[in-house]
Amino acid sequence: MSYYDPKDLRKFGNITEWGEELGNKFFDYYGKVFEEGALTAREKSLIALAVAHTEMCPYCIDAYTKDGLQRGITKEEMMEAVHVGAAIKSGASLVHGVMMMNKVNKLDG
Amino acid sequence: MTKVKTQSLHKRHSQLAHAEKQMEFLSNGIFATDELPTFAEKIKATGQFPLRPKTLEILQINVGYMCNQVCEHCHVDAGPDRKEIMTRETMEQCLEVIKTTKAHTLDLTGGAPEMNPNFRWFVEEASKAGIKDFIVRSNLTIIVANKKYHDLPEFFKKYNIHVVSSMPHWTQGKTDKQRGEGVFQDSIKALKMLNEVGYGMPGSPLKLDLVYNPSGAFLPTDQSALEKDFKKALLNDFGIHFRQLFVITNLPISRFLDYLIASENYEDYMYSLVEAFNPAAVANVMCTNTLSVSWDGWLYDCDFNQMLELKVASKVKHISEYNEELLNNRNIVISQHCYGCTAGAGSSCQGSVA
Repeated sequence: MSYYDPKDLRKFGNITEWGEELGNKFFDYYGKVFEEGALTAREKSLIALAVAHTEMCPYCIDAYTKDGLQRGITKEEMMEAVHVGAAIKSGASLVHGVMMMNKVNKLDG
Repeated sequence: MTKVKTQSLHKRHSQLAHAEKQMEFLSNGIFATDELPTFAEKIKATGQFPLRPKTLEILQINVGYMCNQVCEHCHVDAGPDRKEIMTRETMEQCLEVIKTTKAHTLDLTGGAPEMNPNFRWFVEEASKAGIKDFIVRSNLTIIVANKKYHDLPEFFKKYNIHVVSSMPHWTQGKTDKQRGEGVFQDSIKALKMLNEVGYGMPGSPLKLDLVYNPSGAFLPTDQSALEKDFKKALLNDFGIHFRQLFVITNLPISRFLDYLIASENYEDYMYSLVEAFNPAAVANVMCTNTLSVSWDGWLYDCDFNQMLELKVASKVKHISEYNEELLNNRNIVISQHCYGCTAGAGSSCQGSVA
């Protein structure tokens, strides 16, 4: 038995039951964010997919893989988006190497 | 060259080749345990039960289940091995109805309707009835399948046929996965041939529309957004023009039901359909303005009910005894597959309805 149950994704809307005002505000905001704007809904879906991976959120990966397929996004496009997320994530770790270098230089330079 | 992808359920002697087995499946499981409401319960809750026809606008005639393709998700279970073909006698009965019907659209479908040996004769005769919109649902690859079909674009043009063709994606991989190896390239060739005689060209009166249905266990997205992507890709990559994209949801019947069960996606898919239920789509669902005629002349509320062998709930059940007034008084036969036409923006042979 895993902590994550795919069926729980269907229950996401139920969070409003224990906090209606904040829950509704969140879902209104969420819905608005994904509307077509300066970015297309398609572009937003790919961003969401990349972030879903960097956040390592199984629900979000499930939801935005399906969303991508519904929008006709190809698996090649999806994988490129995942790599963008992964590159930022690894870059974010690696760039801290500069801190290490600074420290070494200060202490032992 | 198009290669047949698989075999029909009939050929495989699958249990799901039988309509009653499909109905049994759709009526049990999550719908029998009350996990999900049946379609009847759902439309009772929105005050839309029983579903009744409005003015008849479209007469859809299935001239046979034979096809040169065996697409993964075909709701007809069509293929080269299907021998159900409308006879000239049944076509003559249809022509009598076409001459008197108030419907403004005649919609010929299959299988590949062009494979019926009397197809051209039927089109010539039916076009004399002066139908306003005369649709042929062509799978495209038939045009390049054999020399005897190469002149179909000219033939369609001669009778001002409105061509509606399936195209699941603008990339080869996704199209061939669903429809068979080589289908994408052959479809592109056929589309170019149709464009050459004027079909789908900007400003041309010759109508060429494409139909998109998802390649897997997911619902389609907004029709206009997908149309934009299709148009851009087909024009940029191949210089192809078309008029409109119709987005159709896969209904959980026949080969698509078989796929859903085999891939363990059935329950999730049904949840998606029920969650996306839209009462506004119910109001305009295609069975309210369409009648479907099978290859052997029986009458159905839609092509999907035809495949599930759910004949119209009317005294009049066959084209030979056609009576539009009596038929308009019927209740539409429904089951859980109907959720496919009421999800999101709705789905019909003419695309979104809500």
